[in-house]
Amino acid sequence: MIVTFTINGEERSATVAGWESLLTVLRDNLGLAGSKNACEQGECGSCSVIVDGANLCSCLVMVGDCEGTTITTVEGIAHGSALHPIQQAILDEGGVQCGFCTPGFVITAAHLFAADPNPDEETMREAFSGNICRCTGYGALLRAFDRLAEDGT
Amino acid sequence: MHFLAAGDLSTALDARAEHPEAELLAGGTDLMVEVNLSYHRPAGVIAVRSCEELLEWEGRRIGAAVTWARLEDGPHRALGQLARTIGSPQIRAAGTLGGNVATASPAGDGLPWIAAVDAEIEVASRSRGTRIIPWTEFFVGVKETTLAPDEIITAILLPEQMPVSQEFAKVGVRNVMVIAMVNCVVARGDDGFRVALGSVAPVPIRAYRAEEMINAETSISDAALTEFARIVSDEVRPITDHRSTEAYRRHASGVLARRLVERCLAA
Amino acid sequence: MTVGTKERVAAGIGESAPRPDGVAKLSGNFAYGSDLWIDGMLWGATLRSPYAHARLVELDITPAVVMSGVRAVLTQDDVPGRPTFGQVEQDQPVLCDGVARYWGEPVAIVAADDQETARAAVEAIIVEWEPLPPVTDPDQARAAGETYRDMVIRRGDADAAGSVVIEGEYETAIQDQAPLGPEAGLAIPDGSGGVDLHVTTQWIHIDHAQIIASLDMEPDDVRCHPVGIGGAFGAREDISLHIHVAMLALRTGRPVRIVYDRTESFAGHVKRHSARMRYRHEADDEGRLVKVTVDMVLDGGAYAHTSHAVLANASFFTVGPYKCDNVFVDAAVSRTNNPPAGAMRGFGAVQVCFAYESQMDRLAEALGLHPLEVRRRNALGPGDPMATSGQIVEGSLPTLRVIDELEAIPMPDAAIPDDPRRLPGGTGLTTPKDAVVRGVGFALGLKNLAFSEAFDDFSEVLLVLTPAGLEIHTAAIEVGQGLVTICEQIARTVLGIQAVAWVSADTSQIGSAGSTSASRQTQMTGGAVYEAAVGLRDKILQQFGGDELTNDGVYSGGELVATLDAVTADAPIEQWVRYRHPPTEEPDEFGQGNPHAGFVVAAHRAVVDVDPELGLVRVVQIDTAQDVGKALNPQAIVGQLEGGIAQGVGFAIMEELILEDGVILNPTFTDYLIPTLLDMPDVGSRLIEEPAHWGPFGAKGIGESPTISSTPAVVAAIRAATGRPLTRVPVRPQDIAGV
Repeated sequence: MIVTFTINGEERSATVAGWESLLTVLRDNLGLAGSKNACEQGECGSCSVIVDGANLCSCLVMVGDCEGTTITTVEGIAHGSALHPIQQAILDEGGVQCGFCTPGFVITAAHLFAADPNPDEETMREAFSGNICRCTGYGALLRAFDRLAEDGT
Repeated sequence: MHFLAAGDLSTALDARAEHPEAELLAGGTDLMVEVNLSYHRPAGVIAVRSCEELLEWEGRRIGAAVTWARLEDGPHRALGQLARTIGSPQIRAAGTLGGNVATASPAGDGLPWIAAVDAEIEVASRSRGTRIIPWTEFFVGVKETTLAPDEIITAILLPEQMPVSQEFAKVGVRNVMVIAMVNCVVARGDDGFRVALGSVAPVPIRAYRAEEMINAETSISDAALTEFARIVSDEVRPITDHRSTEAYRRHASGVLARRLVERCLAA
Repeated sequence: MTVGTKERVAAGIGESAPRPDGVAKLSGNFAYGSDLWIDGMLWGATLRSPYAHARLVELDITPAVVMSGVRAVLTQDDVPGRPTFGQVEQDQPVLCDGVARYWGEPVAIVAADDQETARAAVEAIIVEWEPLPPVTDPDQARAAGETYRDMVIRRGDADAAGSVVIEGEYETAIQDQAPLGPEAGLAIPDGSGGVDLHVTTQWIHIDHAQIIASLDMEPDDVRCHPVGIGGAFGAREDISLHIHVAMLALRTGRPVRIVYDRTESFAGHVKRHSARMRYRHEADDEGRLVKVTVDMVLDGGAYAHTSHAVLANASFFTVGPYKCDNVFVDAAVSRTNNPPAGAMRGFGAVQVCFAYESQMDRLAEALGLHPLEVRRRNALGPGDPMATSGQIVEGSLPTLRVIDELEAIPMPDAAIPDDPRRLPGGTGLTTPKDAVVRGVGFALGLKNLAFSEAFDDFSEVLLVLTPAGLEIHTAAIEVGQGLVTICEQIARTVLGIQAVAWVSADTSQIGSAGSTSASRQTQMTGGAVYEAAVGLRDKILQQFGGDELTNDGVYSGGELVATLDAVTADAPIEQWVRYRHPPTEEPDEFGQGNPHAGFVVAAHRAVVDVDPELGLVRVVQIDTAQDVGKALNPQAIVGQLEGGIAQGVGFAIMEELILEDGVILNPTFTDYLIPTLLDMPDVGSRLIEEPAHWGPFGAKGIGESPTISSTPAVVAAIRAATGRPLTRVPVRPQDIAGV
């Protein structure tokens, strides 16, 4: 089947098997490999994308169910060549190590701060609890998010 | 037939009647795991998450496709509490109560609540119309239900008399995003306490003997609570698997049930 | 003649310079192994053993071969060269040799036009097994003589005796590195019989040696290229799909890609050895160690991998950062049918640290001493002999200072929190505030730096100065820890040149940089960069008659005598270095000698809230004082400390691969649980700078320390809260609840 959606502001179509995951189609059909495949069970958040305003694990979204949706992936966060303030804060605080989880954190942060520019620490811990990081121990990420929350970005 | 995104229930029921071999897709948080991990290509898919009828939540009727994210903020306290423990925020934005009921995992966190409030499952099909199934007749084994191949779960129906207080708790080794070793709902109504547990039997169960015992107490003493916990531990039927042991699950069942009774009393 | 400003170069050592790959990683543009893609490539898939031990009765690949879209189906008979591989012993068949010796052992490999076809072809292969009884008990295997290595340490007087005797048995389970990036490789035939292999790894040269042997090819015909790595932690130090993907590419003449899924990843890489350790500590009335006697067995699983070196570490670090004149160790690493074990962050030092720190706590308790006091009284320092090998500690080892600095870190608010997300059980709402008991625990850990036991340990670097700036050519692998950043900082500081770029070299372009493991790359490849930069600087100064090199060019007596453009006008200037650390020795048959190049020490304090009745834990805070030698990049160090602590917390209370008859029961992220942000404590860090006796600017490798003693600190805190003995990690709810 052919699915058409708006990805990062651009209308895209793909010929897919409807049961395939949105993640597979993003990575293998549309050249958007920024969303990462680390577990395929919705247990790590590395593939997080925003679909019609909801932050979802794209590995658990069937692409056939995406017709007409509006999707934001990590590739759509930066403003041209300039990093988004969320990305800049993570970079400045040392929140990137291996970086495999990073796209998921960027997306979850974009989703969280769009809804709540000043979340408290516990809210942030819970909001990011579906994003596993194996390298940083989350400290630098939390410091970046604290900074963003203080700035009300 | 490969993939149909049904815009309304009628379309979904027609497709279901014609393609009973097809998988129903709501949030996808169970089905896609199976597809991804088993490399299993479904014979067909009927997507129902856009069916208006399944998204309605009014009074006693909770549409089957209402997501955990919506349930978290709803009026039913224990349902909100349990919804918040299901997977991650990303999972809760997609997963649904109806999907939890359909999957019927022994660890399904929504199921003890359904058992505790004595809810019913509303299902529909072209062949039989609408059926209302008591939860006790719906869950029959590990991931086994009495849903017929051409049926769709349309709603969870709540009784007219809802409990005055209701509390949920779940034990896992991680503080969030974890499959339950034991989950428990205690509801307190005019007729006393009801105690339901999950992950301790093939299906969600009520601890009827423990309910009877505690409901016979005129004032609930520490000793009564201890005896109550002992009966709950005795009444559950857990197994040992890679997530926990039978002994721990029995123990935790009693502890959780007692603590939830205390929480209901304090409410 | 110009007088330059001679401003200090930015982003040199000591600064928290940002990662050069950070922008790409944040934008989704960084290419990991699993992102590699080339038009026309085939997809590979692997048939694996469903048994931990079974005889292959029948293997019929015909049904797969005849499938449309299938391009190759290969078995052990198709291995062109040496049929086995391995870093130390070449004992693992490239593909099943007739007997499967662990669950998930590769049996056959397939290349097909797409992933679905490749996986369908794997399922179509007819395979019949005769299950054999698996050996799953490492003690039993040891008793039967099935060991990869046995270690004996005999130091001091066997008749020495202390007035206080502490005996204990401890067990550590299997931890998985669980890097988020899966194993992935892309092999591209070069059209003239050779192959370019892009594969996730920690050490491309050790891969290369094993790959060419099994492919029976000349070194130059196989070129291994570094790719983007999504974490490693030891999981990528041994071969996984490397030889398979190359075989498929060479057979089909087409590029082939293999990417493991999560369950294959759990099956497909080595893990942390489980261990059983029997300890006897004897001390005098003051708590000073008189004698330590240890018997232990590690489970090496089905093939050797790095078990030899892991056992050596477990044996040499069996007493920890403490002095003791009489030490007797009998240790073995067994061959079983459990998943093969190998490198994981801490490498043998983790298991024994749990045991010796548990013993030290019990010793303190027996004498009525504070846990840190008994550690102070025994602290190992420079000039002291190692308790095990007798090697005199050279350079810095600030054991006493890490204890003092740890104590100086403020404790968390003593009040039990109100928010359930801060309580045991978290969002599960299991635990009312009044059911919580708080505990505090401490632990110290000791680790060796770089490779030991006479291993010829080196790293090669080529620096190239061009008009555009300096290039660092190396085969060293960046796994996420920040090696690239550190090396660039070193080069900037030594050369005074701002523009520095990292150039990943393949195996045909440069010699080995050694493994990204053993806390070694900051000192080894960083040391190579330092030495090469000094050589390059001196060469330039000599050539242009200068006394100082800056970002503007060469100065002499404060005057600019040649701009950088002028310096590189004729040709790029190069400097190659093969850097080695001070030599180490093979110990004698009793483990005596100088097997180590240096040591690093750390201390951890854990504060935990426990629900003793349900056995649930919320780690509140972990503080650490870390011996760093010199902090080249403080932010990167704190990142290592916090990340290592997260893995230490995981091992203390949740991370465990559970086996039944050698089969992993939880090879998914649903059931192999990794701490989330709601499980991770606040962390306080103090960096102790006492320069090492080798390495750039006195820096020490600190990648492993935070994982070593954080685990026993958490367990000590749970013990303090509950009084339970807790002799096994991870601690399970039933262990705390006592049911």
